[in-house]
Amino acid sequence: MRAYIIRSLLQSLIVLNGVLLIVFLMLHLTGDPAGVLMPIDATQEDLARFRRDMGFDRPLHVQYFYFLFGHGARNRGVLLGDFGFSYRHEVPAMGLVVEHIPATVYLAVISLIIALAIAIPAGILSAVFRNTWIDHVSSVISMLGQSLPNFWMGLVVIIVFAVYLRWLPTSGYEGPQHVILPALTAGLYATARIMRMMRSTLLEVMGLDFVRTARAKGLGETAVIIRHALKNASIPVVTLVGLELGLLLSGTVVTEVVFAWPGVGFLTVDAIVNQDYPVVQAAVTLLAIMFIGVNLTVDVTYAWLDPRISYR
Amino acid sequence: MRTIAVEPTLDVLERVAPEGSSDLQRALRKLLRRPPALFGLFCVIVVVTWAVVPGLFAPLSPLDQSLDRYLKPPGYVDAQGQTYWLGTDQQGRDILSRVIWGSRISLFVGIATVLVSGLVGVTLGLVAGYFGGKLDAVISRIVDTALAIPFILLAMALIAILGPSLQNIILAIALRTWIIYARVVRGEVLTLKEREFVVGAKATGCTTLRILAVYLLPNVFSSTIVVATLYLGRMIIIEASLSFLGVGVPPPTPTWGGMLSDGRAFLETAWWIAFFPGVVLMLTVLGVNLLGDWLRDVLDPQMKRAAE
Repeated sequence: MRAYIIRSLLQSLIVLNGVLLIVFLMLHLTGDPAGVLMPIDATQEDLARFRRDMGFDRPLHVQYFYFLFGHGARNRGVLLGDFGFSYRHEVPAMGLVVEHIPATVYLAVISLIIALAIAIPAGILSAVFRNTWIDHVSSVISMLGQSLPNFWMGLVVIIVFAVYLRWLPTSGYEGPQHVILPALTAGLYATARIMRMMRSTLLEVMGLDFVRTARAKGLGETAVIIRHALKNASIPVVTLVGLELGLLLSGTVVTEVVFAWPGVGFLTVDAIVNQDYPVVQAAVTLLAIMFIGVNLTVDVTYAWLDPRISYR
Repeated sequence: MRTIAVEPTLDVLERVAPEGSSDLQRALRKLLRRPPALFGLFCVIVVVTWAVVPGLFAPLSPLDQSLDRYLKPPGYVDAQGQTYWLGTDQQGRDILSRVIWGSRISLFVGIATVLVSGLVGVTLGLVAGYFGGKLDAVISRIVDTALAIPFILLAMALIAILGPSLQNIILAIALRTWIIYARVVRGEVLTLKEREFVVGAKATGCTTLRILAVYLLPNVFSSTIVVATLYLGRMIIIEASLSFLGVGVPPPTPTWGGMLSDGRAFLETAWWIAFFPGVVLMLTVLGVNLLGDWLRDVLDPQMKRAAE
């Protein structure tokens, strides 16, 4: 168990280094990071001075070292969370991203709760009533859920619920009524996937011996499902839910743009459009760290729930 | 050597080719008995025809603009008797014509990304599965890294830095999507490489390249095809998302995502601009997914779990 946790931790560190390398190389893709970072109307002298100041004239591996551990008095390096200043907002890029994290986490968590509230009962019902109309309806819904582009669904729910029915606001971030439409939109794929997973694992478990034993000893069907089958079907579903949370944290980007939701995705899209790359680098890194963290937690929890997994 | 080589070839044939017409007929009969798959086939045929010969179906040029018909609702008829079945947009362009022409970019980018990411993913999956050990560990960490990065943001940033050309859009999407092929192929190769025909080939002194190309590649072909169909729809959605976010193929080229983005500004006054391109996008993806489901059942029933 401990060896497994240590190995997962080491692997996460390797992945983190990979993420930082990609974030670093991003600006070097065109071969001239100064040209990417500086405004289009910058003069040759400006560019030359900027290159020297930023250390862009040094070899690439030296630059990566500066990027990680800092360079000069003003830059402490990304390992200490210093991604430089946002050009547009003139505040530290990392601080700006951190300020927008709560809105994204809030949206992701509410989306997941709504997805679970729909997907778990629907998945159980379609497994229990397999091949009846209930099952067919929910499989049609899950197929549609996987085929709908979620940003388009966002626009349609705005047209219907905000513009015509006027039940809910079109965008913004004030009260609980603001989160409903974005959360439904962002949670669409998660709902479809959790529903399918719940159905298939429950069906699988219900074919196993211990369920037959439970039935044979005269337990009612409801008790068999709730007390025996569901409990055993929950492990893979829990893993999937963890993964979905990790995906949602960075997967709400398009939804945030559609609803002008002030989260990290909205901030970063705006930063990309305005070539504010320190913010982009900070946001990509922070979202990746959150994803890695959620996954590590899921891995460890899974090993703890199911001891067989430790010795793979 | 010859006798050992014959058996694997048969084995390969059995798994890959639809054995003779009877199997093909069975697959087609299955298709006819499945209304959802037929519906999917219909949607796909319509969109592909649009993409190949858009001029035959579009009533107007997708770029034909006129401020006289600014934001007209669906069914509007102008003075010349021309009907605008799906209405017009903020520049007076015919939505129906733009939707039809927009199918080109969606299908092209979708198919091209599937090909690029399939090529990379299958190669890395074969290598990781066959050699195992350190190489496998390295490829697995690359996969983990690609998974951890917030994909849409990275793709947007790359396109913004490199410029919004078709080639860059395809590369930016493929950067993430090769993973799924690599995973499926690696898993298959792990079991395949223990099978007699591979062990036998190795024992008779086949080169590694030959084992990979002749003995393993054809055997992972059917699952690769299944994954490709199941993910084609998602590629099309991703391309539309990027266009929607403003880093797709630049205007005036009509793209469904770009049209949705135009329509966002007019949700309160002209809902049809954002509505219709989305309907067609959804039906296309739904069609591809339904066909993918059918193909999966025909080619490899066991794939069902692996792809989910």
